[in-house]
Amino acid sequence: MKHVKLAIIGGGPAGLAAAAAAKKQGVNDILIIERDERLGGILNQCIHAGFGLHTFGQELSGPEYAQRFIDQVQEMEIPCLLNTMVLDLSDERVLTVTSREEGLQQIKADAVILAMGCRERPRGALNIPGTRPAGIWSAGTAQRLVNMEGMMPGREVVILGSGDIGLIMARRMTMEGARVKAVAEVMPYSGGLKRNIVQCLDDFDIPLLLSTTVVQIHGGKKLEGVTLAQVDAQRRPIAGTEQYIPCDTLLLSVGLLPENELSAAAGVALSPITGGPVVGEDLATSIEGVFACGNVLHVHDLVDFVSQEAALAGEAAARYLTAGKPQGDVISLLAEGGVRYTVPQHIRRGADTVTVRFRVGQPYRDAAVCLYADGKLLRRIPKRVLAPGEMERVTLRIADLPEDCRTIRFCIEEGETK
Amino acid sequence: MYDVVIIGGGVIGCAIARELSRYQLKLCLLEKEEDVCTGTSKANSAIVHAGFDAEPGSNKAIFNVRGSRMMEELCCQLDIPYRRCGSLVLCFDEADRPKLEQLLEKGQRNGVEGLEIVEGDALRVMEPNISDEAVAALHAPTGAIICPFTLTYALAENAAANGVEFRFNAGVEKVERIEGGFAVRTTAGTLESRVVINAAGVYADVLHNQLCGNKLRIVSRRGEYCLMDKTEGNLVSRTIFQLPSAMGKGVLVTPTVHGNLLVGPTATDQEAKDCTATTAEGLAQVSSSASRSVKKLPMNRVITGFAGLRAHIAEGADDFVIGESAENFFEAAGIESPGLSSAPAIGQYLAELVVRTLNAAEKSDFIATRRGITPLRELPFAERQAIIAADSAYGQIICRCEQISEGEIIEAIRRGARSLDGVKRRVRAGMGRCQGGFCAPRVMEILARELNLTSTELSKSGGESRLITGSTKEGWDK
Repeated sequence: MKHVKLAIIGGGPAGLAAAAAAKKQGVNDILIIERDERLGGILNQCIHAGFGLHTFGQELSGPEYAQRFIDQVQEMEIPCLLNTMVLDLSDERVLTVTSREEGLQQIKADAVILAMGCRERPRGALNIPGTRPAGIWSAGTAQRLVNMEGMMPGREVVILGSGDIGLIMARRMTMEGARVKAVAEVMPYSGGLKRNIVQCLDDFDIPLLLSTTVVQIHGGKKLEGVTLAQVDAQRRPIAGTEQYIPCDTLLLSVGLLPENELSAAAGVALSPITGGPVVGEDLATSIEGVFACGNVLHVHDLVDFVSQEAALAGEAAARYLTAGKPQGDVISLLAEGGVRYTVPQHIRRGADTVTVRFRVGQPYRDAAVCLYADGKLLRRIPKRVLAPGEMERVTLRIADLPEDCRTIRFCIEEGETK
Repeated sequence: MYDVVIIGGGVIGCAIARELSRYQLKLCLLEKEEDVCTGTSKANSAIVHAGFDAEPGSNKAIFNVRGSRMMEELCCQLDIPYRRCGSLVLCFDEADRPKLEQLLEKGQRNGVEGLEIVEGDALRVMEPNISDEAVAALHAPTGAIICPFTLTYALAENAAANGVEFRFNAGVEKVERIEGGFAVRTTAGTLESRVVINAAGVYADVLHNQLCGNKLRIVSRRGEYCLMDKTEGNLVSRTIFQLPSAMGKGVLVTPTVHGNLLVGPTATDQEAKDCTATTAEGLAQVSSSASRSVKKLPMNRVITGFAGLRAHIAEGADDFVIGESAENFFEAAGIESPGLSSAPAIGQYLAELVVRTLNAAEKSDFIATRRGITPLRELPFAERQAIIAADSAYGQIICRCEQISEGEIIEAIRRGARSLDGVKRRVRAGMGRCQGGFCAPRVMEILARELNLTSTELSKSGGESRLITGSTKEGWDK
């Protein structure tokens, strides 16, 4: 059986940054395994600008951003298997992989970094009533067709869900001459970034219909239209608010799900909230020597943060390969009172500083992110605006924590700010 | 002139075609869609009923029990999945126990083997996840699950291998008597045949009424279903029915041969023969009704919802119409549940009737077996390795969720898939939890390459179901 020190599953932004970071830490025997024919992952179809502001202080397109990391990986001569799919990962870190060129083989890795990214929630998962005609696509699939294949899935478009890909595609389809009639969002607020709402909808006079959803899909072989309706606070359609919109295309941008089939099969403990592995401050999963980063861990809204997180995973894997599993008392991070989750979910006292990322469950104005160490207020961070679509982060210095602290509770407190 | 024209490429038409292909006959099957298995056969419970619920002596009872006995060997010959998982009919109320006893007795009169009533701990050992309310159940060990798609494709492929001609996109408009037979006028030209067999599903009444004095009316009984992720496939290990009660017929909860969990159907009669829309009410009813059978129905794991139409004869006896309805005009009409279970027996029976009429001789070179498309994901490592070594296209995964290789997709296209749905139903690419989000563009690319299609000719399911309207930057020079 082939053997490598570090196998990285996925050659997108997470996998690339993790590989480069591990190499910098002296890991020599790294293998990136990518299922697509090129490195760069989903960035290859994100031809719009807006990537890299945090990392490079520049507005890059997705492929440009990816290329910077691909160049690094190539300069470092890190081997990659392209067009290669990992079919299975065992709890002993044996990967079963297949490709046209090398056939079916097994690879044993001393450490593994999970960087498989995420996928889109399909129509079926929403159970939208109606027919099943041609013309219904998840927004990312349509993005691939338009940006990579040069194909137009339709001309009269309704978009359900105001996730970032949906917003970006509203602009993209408009620029290709399609008419985007509406973006419907079932929640009373958008799940996308504020800047995307402004730049992709407002600038093109595309209406964003909040608290609105698709209640019926019409058409036999080909989509003919959708019925939209407003929804109440429980997200139930309100009778009498229905409106029929003729269209030949319905794009769905209704959520991204970390792709953890391999992790689950290997027995990695997953969080029901993020859909990704439960990790410590070193991004180590519940299986020794297996780390996770990027959208497979939790869905990010900015690739810059994926790269940062992935570099951390690469460094942690490098440390694990030389020094083994780190020691130290474990402090649990609890997400409560408005905070949906934290990543990592636990940290060790042996660490130095830790960046904790989290999301809120609803929008807030003039609230505060509060951290309680074993019930005692540790920090209160006033926030003018908090939105589910924007990931938050807090950096903790372990030295600042009370000595016997076992838990840190993250919550949102509304009311007067101090 | 053909000896026999079969109208309808569902599981019944294909079963008849395959049985007739044993004989020296000139045969043609007409299908209005671009592929076989596009109507009732593609959207049903995917089970083989044991045969206990039909009225003793009825066609439904006779053909169900006979079909159920034939199915395992047929699936073996055709190299398609079959699993005799057994079934349970749950009784939720002691007061209803006599109904369970009646069902047992009916099943015994129908000749169903192995029926027994189970209760208490024994029932819980069999199915730990069924509702605490279930007091007893009728266990039918001969109930089974199958794949209705591959059954239909396999029957069609085997029939074609034995000389049956298939014509697609050939919707029958009119069947008229002519000297020595019939003229069958279709959207793709007129054919002549000595014998016509009507297996047109929900449209069978239209053809029947063109030739028969007694009129038939078929309503489409729409049934809505939800399919759950493979993570939920082990919730039950048998097909779980409910005893019909004041609350209605109830829906079933069953594992599928591919490892998913299927719940449904509802039953709503409608006149429209082409409307397979799901409804909010229907999907809610599937959920609430199935929740009666099992403790924790994972509705958050639904990967798709769909509706199928059963051909229900509106007036008269609640039974299949099978036989020679007018001289040399044979039919299998009103084939609702248990139609899939009955298909092999209906095919055999009608073929025998037709052969007797035409006095046809048996072939000496009939091919009884057919090789399926090898599902690579189910093979042991070494076998899989060998297949990839022989043809590297099997090494390239296209559908990530179901782990379907390019080799399997190419094979599906060579066997007749012309659209995304045709590929999906043959080899399951796009059938998994992402529902084609990743693989659809790649399958489209392979379809275009293998069939020499332009992007605007690519379709979801033939006809007007075009996937691409044009290319980007079109009209920029204007």
